[in-house]
Formats: sequence, structure tokens, C-alpha cells
Amino acid sequence: MAQNIPADLKYTKSHEWVRVEGDVVVIGITDHAQDSLGDIVYLDLPEAGRVLAKEDTFGEVESVKAVSELYSPVSGEVVEANTGIQDSTEVVNTDPYEGGWLIKVRLSDPSEVEALLSAEEYGAVADAEGH
Amino acid sequence: MSDTLRKTPLHSAHIVLSARMVDFAGWDMPVLYTGILEEARAVRSGVGLFDISHMGRIRLFGEGTTALLQQLTTNNVEALQASQAQYSLLTNPEGGVIDDIIVYRVGAEEYYVVINASNTDKDIAWIQQHLPTTVTLEDWSARTAMIAVQGKNAPQLVSDLAGIPSLLDLTRFQYVQGTFLGASTIFCRTGYTGEDGFEIIVPANDAEKIWNALVDAGGVPCGLGARDALRIEAGYPLYGHEIDDTTTPVEAGLMWVVDLNKPAFTGHEPIRAVKQVGASRRLVGLTLPSERLVPRQGFNVFSGDTLVGQVTSGVFSPIRNHSVAMGYVAKEFAKTGTPLEVEIRNKRAKATVIPKKNLLQDP
Repeated sequence: MAQNIPADLKYTKSHEWVRVEGDVVVIGITDHAQDSLGDIVYLDLPEAGRVLAKEDTFGEVESVKAVSELYSPVSGEVVEANTGIQDSTEVVNTDPYEGGWLIKVRLSDPSEVEALLSAEEYGAVADAEGH
Repeated sequence: MSDTLRKTPLHSAHIVLSARMVDFAGWDMPVLYTGILEEARAVRSGVGLFDISHMGRIRLFGEGTTALLQQLTTNNVEALQASQAQYSLLTNPEGGVIDDIIVYRVGAEEYYVVINASNTDKDIAWIQQHLPTTVTLEDWSARTAMIAVQGKNAPQLVSDLAGIPSLLDLTRFQYVQGTFLGASTIFCRTGYTGEDGFEIIVPANDAEKIWNALVDAGGVPCGLGARDALRIEAGYPLYGHEIDDTTTPVEAGLMWVVDLNKPAFTGHEPIRAVKQVGASRRLVGLTLPSERLVPRQGFNVFSGDTLVGQVTSGVFSPIRNHSVAMGYVAKEFAKTGTPLEVEIRNKRAKATVIPKKNLLQDP
């Protein structure tokens, strides 16, 4: 199945995406991730103000089939969580890169973004996993 | 994908439909096509199709078959008329459940029996072990396919497509042999979803043609994920979750398919004894009205600080839009309305005991 991997985003091997908006990044899970999980029914998201180190667990996503932890791609402070979708979690399935974003983080070390995977590199990771 | 997995006659149809396939009891089966919740809702609102060819189908015939089934199963086979089927159990000498099955009576000494995929080898070995020389066991599984057509519009769809209006007259658990798109077919008014519909048995070579015709007529292909969600909502047990070799029908709430008044069957005495004193635990329905976390098999159930039981199956209910479960709890906590808590990882989720038949919807 063709995966949607927007070229302007950065990615992690654990299937999060990152969009840079000034000194804040928006974080979500990739189309590949939502497709592998299937119907998402529950999202545990952090409160604004929480300080995350790179690769910290920042939440949990549960689908009908499985539970998966969410890992922060960067270090920084959570400025907003998309709590509005916690009762309509299917948005993460249908619109993972826009309406289904999860948290916004104010970067403490902007250089971390550069170290993340490009769309092309992430595509290879996703392909290798297949289904 | 492993090459050792078995494939049903509909396997290539699933691949054409881009199903996501999983290993289920050694079979390469579709877990979903488009999405578990969407497929489950399609069954509740219209018609869903399930490939259930992985289930075992056997034919038993010859002098002594009725006596054999009276001995090995808990329900009363003598009460069955030809063209009727019954839900029943194979029980072991300890009163535990070997499998839950459907017995179809064909004639005085001829039956079909449908058994769980995961138990096919065990069941056939068990029956063979008790088979009198006059009774023949024929394994039909490979020669046939089985499709469940489920949903409130399912009877009409099947009846129209087969051109057999009288199919609509079949009552629950009645079956009839007929022709479906030229293929010899058994139509049985049964299912595992809590909806009306048929389970049909067709020759393996005709399965894909019939499946495709059902899809073209508006049936929505549904995978094992939706099947599991629907059966939990309907409060139906699944072997390996609610029942196994160590659970008796008493605690599982299955005494309605156990006839203690018929001639003694295997497991009769232990079941009668448990019934007399009452089971120490009961299978109950649990509703978690404000919860989206999924209570899964083995999660602990508490009353305050007291551990009172375990979840056997749970799901985010596609129809209720919150989580529901089934589980065994100590009999003191099994009363409808009892407030309990399910431990889901590091959280205590509020749950209330309800009758299993009310998991689908509040009365």
C-alpha cells in the first residue's frame, strides 16, 4: 500500500513526524504508523508545560488491535496538546499530518531537528517494515 | 508471510481486496479490509460478509450416530428435528469445555458438526477416539467453504441473490439445502454477530464466485477483527477466552445448552455437582461507559482493593463508542449493577456489571 510521506516533514524511526514552525515543532504519528495500528480509539497526551527530553515517552496511543507508546523526537517544553481529538481519535487515522497532530513542543535544542530522518530516509524505514 | 499457513478457498479474493492478513490458528486470514470499526458498523447497519472457512466441518453418519452425539455433547440431540441445528458443547470427563460447536441434524443417523478452527484437530481426535465402527466421520473442511452473511439486510440479500424467497421463512437455527448460483449450498439461519443472517456452506470450487456475487450485491467484506468486536458486543464466548478445557458451562453461563435431564453424557456428573453448589465465579458483561482504553484478556478486575476476577475479552465497542468487556468475577461480585474497576496498565477504569446480552445495548 502506498504510504503518504510528505517531503517537507522530518521523521523518526519510531514513526513520529515533526513539522517546524519557528521555534516550535508540531509532532504526530505517520500515515504508516496509523495504518499499522488500525482504528485508534484512545490517546494519552501530556499536559502543556511538561518538559521532554529527546526520546522520552510523551504519551500512548491505543488502537482496537494494540497499544503503542509515543516518543518525543526532540527536547523541549510541551506548549499545547491536541486534546480536542481525544473523543474523535479517528482523526489520527484519517488525517495524521493535519487534524491528527498530537503535541506542539518549544525546542530547547533546534539542532536536534536536523538529525531527524528526511522523508526519503523514513520511506526506506517504513518500506523495510512492510506490513 | 509464512508458506506453512493454510489458505481458505477465498484466500485470493482477500488478496484482491487488499485485506490485511494474519495468522489465525495456523490459517492466513483477513483481520481487516478497510478498518475494524467501519466493518463492524457495516454489519450493524446493513450487511457484512465473513470468510469462516477456517472453521472445521465434519459429517457423521451411520447407525449409532445419534447415541454418539448424545454421549459427547451437552445439548439434547434427540430434541433436534431434521433441518434444525443447535449450539452445543463437547465436554471432557471433568466437565470442562473441549469446544463449542454447532450440530446440524440431517436425518435420523446423519449430522454435520461445525467446530472451531483452533480446535479442529483436537475435536476430530476426540470424536475418533469414541467412534463406534458403525459410524463414519468425514472431514468436509477442505472440500467446502463457509461464509457468514450478517446484518439486518442479510436475509433479504441472500434470498434475492439465490432466488429462494422461502429462505426468509427459516427460523433461527433452521437450515435448508438449496442451490446458490448453481452451487449446492447449505443455508443456516445462524451467526456470531448478534445480527440476523445466514452462515452458508458451499463447495470450495464455487466459493469465490459466490463471495464475489455477495460483494457485488452490497455485502461489506469484514475481517476477524470486526468479527471479534461484534461477538463481544453480542456477549458470545470465544474458545480460549471465555471457555477452555478447564471452565465448566456453569460458570460460563452456558447451562442453556446443557441438558442435565438427558441420558448421561461425558462430563455430566461434574457439571451437575458444580451446578448444585453453584460456581465460585461467573462470566459477566462489563460496561465502561467513560472509557476508551481497551480492557484486554488477563487484565485484573477489582472491587476496591480486592482482586475479584479477570477480563476474558474486551473491545472498544463500535456501536457504543466506549469500551466493554467480558470477564470472570467471584460470584459475590457478579450481580448486575455491581461497580468494579478494571486495571488497564497503570489506570483503574470504572466498570459496571451488566448481563452479557446487554453489552450490545442497554435495555
